[in-house]
Amino acid sequence: MEIEALAARLRAQLGDAAVITDRAQRRTYECDGLTHHRVVPALVVLADTTAAVAATVKECAALGVPFVARGSGTGLSGGALPHADGVLIVMSRMRRILELDIEGQRAVVEPGVINMQLTNAAMPMGYYFAPDPSSQQVCSIGGNVAENSGGAHCLKYGFTTNHVTGLELVTPEGDIVELGGKAPDTPGYDLVGALVGSEGTLGVVTGVTVRLTRAPEDVRTLLAAFDSTDSAGTAVSAIIGAGVIPAAIEMMDALAIEAAEAAVHCGYPPGAGAVLIVEIDGPRSDVQHVFDQVTGLCQAAGAFEIRIARDDEERALIWRGRKSAFAAVGRISPDYIVQDGVVPRTSLPRVLRSIAELSERSGVRVANVFHAGDGNLHPLVLFDERREGEAERAEEVSGAILDLCIQHGGSITGEHGVGSDKAQYMPRMFTDEDLDTMQLLRCAFDPDSLSNPGKVFPTPRLCGERPRKQQGVPADGVAEVF
Amino acid sequence: MPDVQSELERACELEPAKDADAVVGELPQWVVRPTTTAQVADIMRVASAHDLAVVARGAGTKLRWGNRPQRVDVVLDTTGLDALVEHAEGDLILVTGAGRRLETIQQDISASGQQLGIDPARKGTVGGAVATASTGPLRLRHGAVRDLVIGMTFVRADGVVAHSGGKVVKNVAGYDLAKIMTGSYGTLGVITEVAFRLHPIPQGRRWVSVEVDSAQQAHEAVQALVHSQVMAAAIELDWSDGRGQVAVQIVGHADGVDAICEEVIRLLARDAESSTEPPSWWGGEPAGALLKVTYEIGALTQLLEAIGSLRFRGSPGVGTGLLGVSDAVVDVVANLRRESARFGGSVVVLDAPEEARGELDLWGPVRGLELMRSVKQRFDPGRLLSPGRFVGGI
Repeated sequence: MEIEALAARLRAQLGDAAVITDRAQRRTYECDGLTHHRVVPALVVLADTTAAVAATVKECAALGVPFVARGSGTGLSGGALPHADGVLIVMSRMRRILELDIEGQRAVVEPGVINMQLTNAAMPMGYYFAPDPSSQQVCSIGGNVAENSGGAHCLKYGFTTNHVTGLELVTPEGDIVELGGKAPDTPGYDLVGALVGSEGTLGVVTGVTVRLTRAPEDVRTLLAAFDSTDSAGTAVSAIIGAGVIPAAIEMMDALAIEAAEAAVHCGYPPGAGAVLIVEIDGPRSDVQHVFDQVTGLCQAAGAFEIRIARDDEERALIWRGRKSAFAAVGRISPDYIVQDGVVPRTSLPRVLRSIAELSERSGVRVANVFHAGDGNLHPLVLFDERREGEAERAEEVSGAILDLCIQHGGSITGEHGVGSDKAQYMPRMFTDEDLDTMQLLRCAFDPDSLSNPGKVFPTPRLCGERPRKQQGVPADGVAEVF
Repeated sequence: MPDVQSELERACELEPAKDADAVVGELPQWVVRPTTTAQVADIMRVASAHDLAVVARGAGTKLRWGNRPQRVDVVLDTTGLDALVEHAEGDLILVTGAGRRLETIQQDISASGQQLGIDPARKGTVGGAVATASTGPLRLRHGAVRDLVIGMTFVRADGVVAHSGGKVVKNVAGYDLAKIMTGSYGTLGVITEVAFRLHPIPQGRRWVSVEVDSAQQAHEAVQALVHSQVMAAAIELDWSDGRGQVAVQIVGHADGVDAICEEVIRLLARDAESSTEPPSWWGGEPAGALLKVTYEIGALTQLLEAIGSLRFRGSPGVGTGLLGVSDAVVDVVANLRRESARFGGSVVVLDAPEEARGELDLWGPVRGLELMRSVKQRFDPGRLLSPGRFVGGI
């Protein structure tokens, strides 16, 4: 009843085409990249403008209806999982690049702009948007903001949070607020910093001002093959220990290589127990010296083959195996869980050994692909749903890997977010007091817990009384209960 | 209030306040010096039970920044929280008590070839640098303070101890509360411990300097640098009386850095000179009433035209800078704020003489102030932490 009334009010404001009530159409949006969590939203709104988002949120706030914003739906933690009784606000129509300010090294974009679309637009001027999640061909910048997305190159260039300088926010009450801007350090609390990575729980972002990064003069990429992840790990430590900050250092283990080989025939050296992809970028004269140094360190650590990309095509070939790794695992296993955990870099060899033991004990295969430079693991836990008990065992192994990360002083997520998937793991990493304190921020923005409820926190905090705006009794309408 | 005093004394070392402990003229009753987070929690519990206003103080180098607090009962001296908790060399991570001095930390870690990329002009404690988000030339390369903090422990106004982040650089678990704590001037909690990411000290380091005779020339020099591919580690401008000097720091592999230097000299195209030492003014601050200005990187000309003959020291590759104002600070601020739309930034008065403070709105206009008030209300409903010091009288 409430939803029908809401639909009618939104149709009147936004037009019929923007409001979807048909169940079959609503089902299109039942999940994001975490496909085994599915919820059909009660209503879907296709937003074209900030005003449309604000109008939608205002109506939701008035009726106490929850809302969830969704970008391209590529998130891997269920952050854009709809609410069964709520509105899903689809942001992907807001896809305009509003301004490219090359002089000031900024761009202003709508949240539905695709990550790669911005880089493609800035490239002719020698600039790009640095955060590069593997999904960058399809993921939206609004989604990057919500999840604080990283990518292979964040070791050197940082995450989304380091590249966002301003936001336009529709607050959970439906007000439009500008925060930050093109210039740094706007006076007051760093609310932009608080919003990036808040997974849509503090409001809906409708505009993003980002830093554009000057493309490096030179980029050099090598692929080094090792007998084992241990020796590849030694190379990583040696490189970092030498004071080098590569643009990226990625590692894949034997099972991940096997999958990538089956899927994209990337032609990695046969018999490798692990491969390392190292990319160095910067001014040419610097890159050459550092690259030679890195090559030497890989050899010293026992690399039995090193391939150096001679041009962009060869570089793309080296990266192809890595970038396709998640999907490639489908070639060697019908089902798999993509895990995302972080450990201090120096703990990598020990944690990898523990994962191998875990895999052996449980009989669950685990392929490892990871950002070795910053200790961000992406174990791919393989299973076959048709075989009884396998899915449960895979879940257990996947959870045990997160416990390993926490034991080693790491994190339960490095870039995929907590979403609906990992909320139950939050108490393993944070105390009740920590979670309570985080939710003070939630209460400050969204005391009624309407903006993407049920995500990030295992148990919502009651916000208690608040200094809220005066809300009178509706002037018309026949209410039965006040 | 003997009861309150004895309760505070049970928490940690306490002394009656002296004149020198005043915060912008506001005299506290006591100075407490805790040495652990637990003691800070005890103090805050006592404070919240007895409605005591608390101002955290590190080395005291920036205590005058911001509004005069509405009241101060207790100055919480953080210099006892000075433990070097952990230096994970291989992980380039440092965990330190908030009271440890920045300069001490650089000494702690320099032998391992590492540095903390925070180099403000006023080098007090870590907690002070974080609470005021103070940066220096290295910000261009390493980011702002908020970009280097990866974890934080702080004590809330009600004495609850909270953590956010952790000890790994890549981490998106939960809200990043360290972001709102950084630059909050002690109004949301007492920072007791901070985890930072570190960076290697570059093997090769050079400086290239060039004189600039006009705002336009300064702008052109900076634009040439930021759009080039030399990846300058720092770009600084020293400016007064309508002219100044642009200096660039170049870092890299010991064998490659000279070639980059030559490229920089070519880019600047005039009488640029390279050196293995920074110019004398590098990383310092101008004298006088201190103003922080921010601006769009592309709007340096407009900024420099607006500041006229004033002394400016800034990071034009980042869009920040400090102005030293020797007189008529009220007029200067009013004028700059009028012009601020042209350079797209803000003008904040960090410190001004007592007589000028009454006529000044130190923080100026603030975007999102209602949300900020709401955050303050949730974290510190009793307004115990540095009340009034921050934007909008928060």
